[in-house]
Amino acid sequence: MSGKFVSIEGIAKRYSSAGGTTTIFENLWLSMARGEFACVIGHSGCGKTTVLNILAGLDEPSEGAVIVDGQAISGTSLDRAVIFQSHALLPWRTVLGNVSYAVSSKWRSWDRAKVRAHAQSFIDLVGLTGSEHKRPSELSGGMKQRVGIARALSITPKMMLMDEPFSALDALTRGTLQDEVRRICLETGQTAFMITHDVDEAIYLADKIFPMTNGPGAVLAEIVENPLPRDRGRTDLHRHPLYYALRNHIVDFLVTRSKTFAAGTPDHDPRNVPIVHIGKPGLAIASDAKPEAPRETSCPGQARA
Amino acid sequence: MTSSLRVRAGLVSVALLIAFLGIWHLATRSTAPVATMSPEYAKLMGLTATQGKSAMPGPLDVGAKLWEHLKRPFYDNGPNDKGLGIQLAYSIARVGTGYLLAVLVAIPLGFLIGMSPLLSKALDPFIQVLKPISPLAWMPLALYTIKDSSISAIFVIFICSIWPMLLNTVFGVASVRKEWINVARTLEVGTVRRAFTVILPAAAPTILTGMRISIGIAWLVIVAAEMLVGGTGIGYFVWNEWNNLSITNVIIAILLIGIVGMLLDQILARFTRLVTFPE
Ligand SMILES: Nc1ncnc2c1ncn2[C@@H]1O[C@H](COP(=O)(O)OP(=O)(O)OP(=O)(O)O)[C@@H](O)[C@H]1O
Ligand SMILES: [Mg+2]
Repeated sequence: MSGKFVSIEGIAKRYSSAGGTTTIFENLWLSMARGEFACVIGHSGCGKTTVLNILAGLDEPSEGAVIVDGQAISGTSLDRAVIFQSHALLPWRTVLGNVSYAVSSKWRSWDRAKVRAHAQSFIDLVGLTGSEHKRPSELSGGMKQRVGIARALSITPKMMLMDEPFSALDALTRGTLQDEVRRICLETGQTAFMITHDVDEAIYLADKIFPMTNGPGAVLAEIVENPLPRDRGRTDLHRHPLYYALRNHIVDFLVTRSKTFAAGTPDHDPRNVPIVHIGKPGLAIASDAKPEAPRETSCPGQARA
Repeated sequence: MTSSLRVRAGLVSVALLIAFLGIWHLATRSTAPVATMSPEYAKLMGLTATQGKSAMPGPLDVGAKLWEHLKRPFYDNGPNDKGLGIQLAYSIARVGTGYLLAVLVAIPLGFLIGMSPLLSKALDPFIQVLKPISPLAWMPLALYTIKDSSISAIFVIFICSIWPMLLNTVFGVASVRKEWINVARTLEVGTVRRAFTVILPAAAPTILTGMRISIGIAWLVIVAAEMLVGGTGIGYFVWNEWNNLSITNVIIAILLIGIVGMLLDQILARFTRLVTFPE
């Protein structure tokens, strides 16, 4: 967990229309270490998907660059797998066909049997053994999302990009899949970048949480380090002494600060945003961030880490 | 429930058919009083005048004649007297050739246009002008340049079946879901492989719908085209039998044109079902 594996350097996205140019965000800096799990959280329309698409190479920034593993990216890559919000399975292929398509795209010289065996092992991994020959239309929402996960993992990427992968699922299925994704990412040492609207999902999965303010002209307000231990469980998350402080801090951001915080906030350096360490438990709940807050900051009322 | 609906619908169909045949039979029955005339004159006037027979054949006449045709569909007594099977085979061969040529041109071209916004914009005015032209309007030009009536008929079929296929292919290819394309892009799938593994299966139902419309139009046009160019084919047969004043044969030909058209449509419908995927 050292060095920068992913580094987003001053990217901007602008759309020009008849009424002039809209800047969705600009001068956005963000970095991740290898093996880290990061969650982006923010209101609808602030540009989260746009950031993810730029990271995936599906979209190009108007300015700036993205550096992954020491190289500026140009276009998509098999090293960065995407789990789409709408699962994006090919409906004319079976479960096995969808995963095999990814496998055979990565290893073009493999023969059929080898591709199938490899794909099958990832279908087993997400618990879909027995449904290999079903078509996406015969699967439930959760099962489709699992196929999407198996497809992304099957190409053994260096990084996983997930755009609200579980938002369309019921709470129970979502919980199970969160467990699976967390287990797989920890086991395989994946670097993961995930968009979510769900505060608890972010707390459970992420090592770092990136809250984005409302657009247009969205900025990364701060970086929240997750103080919870790595071996946290989903069910006893809320028993951890720092859980509520962390949760309140994020909810508070979403409710008020996402609106009030702007790029013009004095002392806000987009290249070096404040890192928030949620300190001691049970202390006062975060309110408005003080503009004169020092660089390495903790929540007002909370002890420095 | 559904099976009983199907049975009832079948019964109603049969009843309607019987009613139609009955009315037809009654309407064309001999009614007029038989006029007395000299045998010579009667011979000239034919059965219509001598036995009060209607000029319109009844269902029984048509049935008898049809049976005759069915017994020997492939006889060939020279240019003006060929079996119905041979005439239909000529028409189907022309439609098949023109149609296949159109498939070979329309689908690859549609792919190119659908995948390239530049080509799509550049070719649009030509397509817009060429599409509404009646295929038969091309006939004189075709006859003049090709100088072969049979090939000209094939050309007319080609030109009339190309538009629905081309436009549907363009539409199908251009409206493939962005997310499916993105899947291929994130997997670094090359353009050619992407065209065959993502765009083709995704657009296939739309393309097949275009092909189904085309075969229907081609079969409509071949009858008119063969009436113009003459020689062989079911369209020529209809016109020839009209000149022979054999309404019975004309009715039989109309019936067969309908049945063959239906079969062609059914074949394409079967193919469409094969490539359609549930979402
Ligand atoms: N092609 C486009 N032209 C103009 N504006 C666009 C275009 N695509 C996206 N936008 C704008 O960019 C902004 C960010 O979109 P984006 O999809 O990244 O939002 P998001 O944060 O992912 O939202 P959600 O949480 O609802 O998915 C939106 O306000 C949207 O209106
Ligand atoms: Mg989004």
